[in-house]
Amino acid sequence: MSQDAKTPDKRDRPWLMRTYSGHSSAKASNELYRMNLSKGQTGLSVAFDLPTQTGYDSDHPLARGEVGKVGVPIDHIGDMEALFEQIPLEQMNTSMTINATAPWLLALYVAVAERQGVDPALLQGTTQNDTLKEYLSRGTYIFPPAPSVRLVTDIVAYTVQHIPRWNPTNICSYHLQEAGATPTQELAYALSTAIAILDAVKASGQVDEEDFGNVVGRISFFVNAGIRFVEETCKMRAFNAMWDTLVQERYGVEDPKQRRFRYGVQVNSLGLTESQPENNVQRIVLEMLAVTLSKNARARAIQLPAWNEALGLPRPWDQQWALRMQQVLALETDLLEYGDLFDGSPVIEAKVQELISGAEAEMERVAEQGGMVAAIESGHVKRELVMSHTLRMRAIETGELKIVGVNCFQQTAESPLTAGGDAGIMKVDVQAERDQIASLQAFRASRDQAAVGRALADLRAAAISGDNIMPSSIAAARVGVTTGEWSEVLREVFGEYRAPTGIDIAMAGQTESPALDAVREQVRQTGQALGRPLRLLIGKPGLDGHSNGAEQIAVKGRDAGFEIVYEGIRLTPAQIARAAQEEGVHLIGLSVLSGSHMELVEDIRAELEKIGASDLPIIIGGIIPESDADQLKAQGVQAVFTPKDVDMNAIMAELVNIIRRDHGLEGFAQAS
Amino acid sequence: MTASGKAIDPAALATAVRRGERVALASALNLLDDRRAASRRVAAEFISQLQLGQSQTQGHLIGMTGPPGAGKSSLTAALIAVWRRQGLRVGILAVDPSSPISGGALLGDRLRMKTSAGDDGVFVRSLACRGEFGGLSAEVWPMSLVMMAAFDITLIETVGVGQREIDVSRMCDTTCFVAQPGSGDSVQFLKAGILEVPHVLVVNKEDMGAVARRTLAELGTALNRQHSDGNWEVPVLSVSATHASGIELLAETLARHHQVLLSGGGLPARRRRYQAQWILKRLQDEFGTFGIDKLGGSDAIMRQLAQQDLSLFEQYHALRHNLLSLYQQTHD
Repeated sequence: MSQDAKTPDKRDRPWLMRTYSGHSSAKASNELYRMNLSKGQTGLSVAFDLPTQTGYDSDHPLARGEVGKVGVPIDHIGDMEALFEQIPLEQMNTSMTINATAPWLLALYVAVAERQGVDPALLQGTTQNDTLKEYLSRGTYIFPPAPSVRLVTDIVAYTVQHIPRWNPTNICSYHLQEAGATPTQELAYALSTAIAILDAVKASGQVDEEDFGNVVGRISFFVNAGIRFVEETCKMRAFNAMWDTLVQERYGVEDPKQRRFRYGVQVNSLGLTESQPENNVQRIVLEMLAVTLSKNARARAIQLPAWNEALGLPRPWDQQWALRMQQVLALETDLLEYGDLFDGSPVIEAKVQELISGAEAEMERVAEQGGMVAAIESGHVKRELVMSHTLRMRAIETGELKIVGVNCFQQTAESPLTAGGDAGIMKVDVQAERDQIASLQAFRASRDQAAVGRALADLRAAAISGDNIMPSSIAAARVGVTTGEWSEVLREVFGEYRAPTGIDIAMAGQTESPALDAVREQVRQTGQALGRPLRLLIGKPGLDGHSNGAEQIAVKGRDAGFEIVYEGIRLTPAQIARAAQEEGVHLIGLSVLSGSHMELVEDIRAELEKIGASDLPIIIGGIIPESDADQLKAQGVQAVFTPKDVDMNAIMAELVNIIRRDHGLEGFAQAS
Repeated sequence: MTASGKAIDPAALATAVRRGERVALASALNLLDDRRAASRRVAAEFISQLQLGQSQTQGHLIGMTGPPGAGKSSLTAALIAVWRRQGLRVGILAVDPSSPISGGALLGDRLRMKTSAGDDGVFVRSLACRGEFGGLSAEVWPMSLVMMAAFDITLIETVGVGQREIDVSRMCDTTCFVAQPGSGDSVQFLKAGILEVPHVLVVNKEDMGAVARRTLAELGTALNRQHSDGNWEVPVLSVSATHASGIELLAETLARHHQVLLSGGGLPARRRRYQAQWILKRLQDEFGTFGIDKLGGSDAIMRQLAQQDLSLFEQYHALRHNLLSLYQQTHD
């Protein structure tokens, strides 16, 4: 257009612009993708729903309430085909946020390309395929670390040989920041993960020595950008420098092209607020600057969250707004006309050096423990993250860390943005889950059962023998194996895993805090009045693995004097109900961020009823729209906490009063 | 229904616990946790009712202890799977440390004891040690009586890093010590004399290979294999909880020790003796030498506990009550 005409080849090419999206069904998501592409989006970023990410078919009991919620449900090749209908795959650059089941979704993608008549060798895109970080954040792992590393490795080895323009793994520091990581920790753990994966690829012997440079050249990263955008710029420059040194020294890669630190970005969601959500727009823009301003450390792909993410699912218009932010920066401003703005700046250089030396020290600690896998298994990394996040939460609580609209300048005029009938968010049609299940069951009935059986037997043989998992997975995709069937075979061979929760960090409450002391005294007095210490069960039902909230409540609860029963993520309603009864807790606290809170609360209440424990009070925290909160309270849930509630001492005090009233004691007067 | 307000009928509760009813088990354990004077009286009555007419050899009480990180909870989970396959019902008491500052605790052992949620044959209660008594929670003993009344096997899991912690397993029929390969702890434990207590030694994580084999060898050679109980040679087993190897043999060994105790005929007397020692220790912890002297010295207390026909738990409460009132008079 005219803009291009004025500045012919002086300008850099803009980065890939994507929007992380997908919901309800393959058909609905396909319509959304085609609409987004027509608006100028230049790549796709597929969000899968939790059953797909954790390897369950849509009709599995654990999938109830989760189908189509946080992404698109993909049960089989038919769904995958519908997802990319009229989207020619050879022209598309598709990023898939998929980890434990990444080999399977890539296999489906390859099989769909074949059906479209596209040579799989031409495919371009990214499988996130960084399962190690799932043990630390996000939680969609299935298998123990060793087989997980093997699956990551298999994709790397396969794509380097057969789909050369594919990014087989996107090593994520993104989710580490969401779990509380400091910039130093992000650098250290992402690079330690890269070492673990590259070492494993090397050790697997699947790639010839002389091709190893290609492997290194295909490794990409997925990074977060927070609101401290100057420091974040420095972090990206530090990543550049550290990666360059690492791959040269450790893997002997000499070609500068293969040594380039290639990364995509989703800017920070952790810092987006539910209060005065319009402020998130300027947060997102500033965060985008962090990964674009420095030409030498500029992102190759960017996806921005929508302003209303902390409220619920964004609508198409909200996503369009996020895309327009990128387009304005790339096309209207003069940013892309200049070389690097920061080269030679002593301020920037000093900060970069500080981050590098901090990260190197932490990488050393990880290496001493035997590397990233061992440091994850021992709980070391998770504890460090929980500690960082606890410190962050405390800084917000004390006001040392300012968040506009949350702990300062809370007064606001009524927002016209959230005034509409939909309260400014999208709701997934509950009918979507039923439709998906019906179509899955019809699909199963229609396929060649014998061929499916043979494909699964081949898959099992490959899983056991150690052969690359991709060929048998692609064969399985072609004949109509389902996501649940593929995963079940591997579950049987590899076993399942529960990762350390990391909440066993040292006392975080030793600093003088009158507010904590006051709560502690209330907990103690109430325990005395009831004859025994107060017990709180923290349950994460469903498939959602976002455990920050649960972990922070667990740590704060322990510091306030509660005895905390916390078993980690992905529990069934029956497990939660039984644990509450067996442990004799005074209160059940649930944490759900996937949007399936209504179904899960209903199921847990039914389970409690079944075992004769329906008198136990329940509270819940999560991304819960106000209308749902009202409904939950009407059903007897004692309190609903949302991201707006940042004062954790006040939350604890409220829990004490809920327990007191449940036992006929008068509540304490609480300072507000 | 909970111990929170509604009146509890001790006899009815005891009957329901013996039947293994989960609601009853939960409220019985809550009752024993309750430190209010009125609840303690109901608890004493309940325990007497529970033991009324109950076989003196009911259940098998197993103590599992070892240093942190040795994989006790994973091993417990693997054992539960074996026992459930054999049709045995299992109760678990898992003891975790408490924070000395807030009194709060993280009870995380269930995490690694992932059991099938629909299984009525398994019941897990976690306990914070609550700091007061050197790592031992006061409620462990009475709670173990409840579990034993309801389950074929009751297992108490504690972190055993010193003499005091291992005491909790000393009151069990069978004590199992889990060693961490390569930590060097095992040799320290040997030196400290802790390893004279367990009846079964286990080196977990045999998948660690050479390190595990070395620890196994160290224990094997350094240990006096003849247990001081007599009639029992202490086996040293190599297992892997994560790979479920050696678990069947461990379960079999624990059962064999139980058989030896049963066929020797001394189990009831031994349980009484252990429990009496436990009571004495608790009284010492709570009231010191002053208290013990006031009751006529430890020998006299032991003789008295051994002779009387009253439930030990009731006697314990009577002794404690006496001392408390004495103490109050002294300070009046």
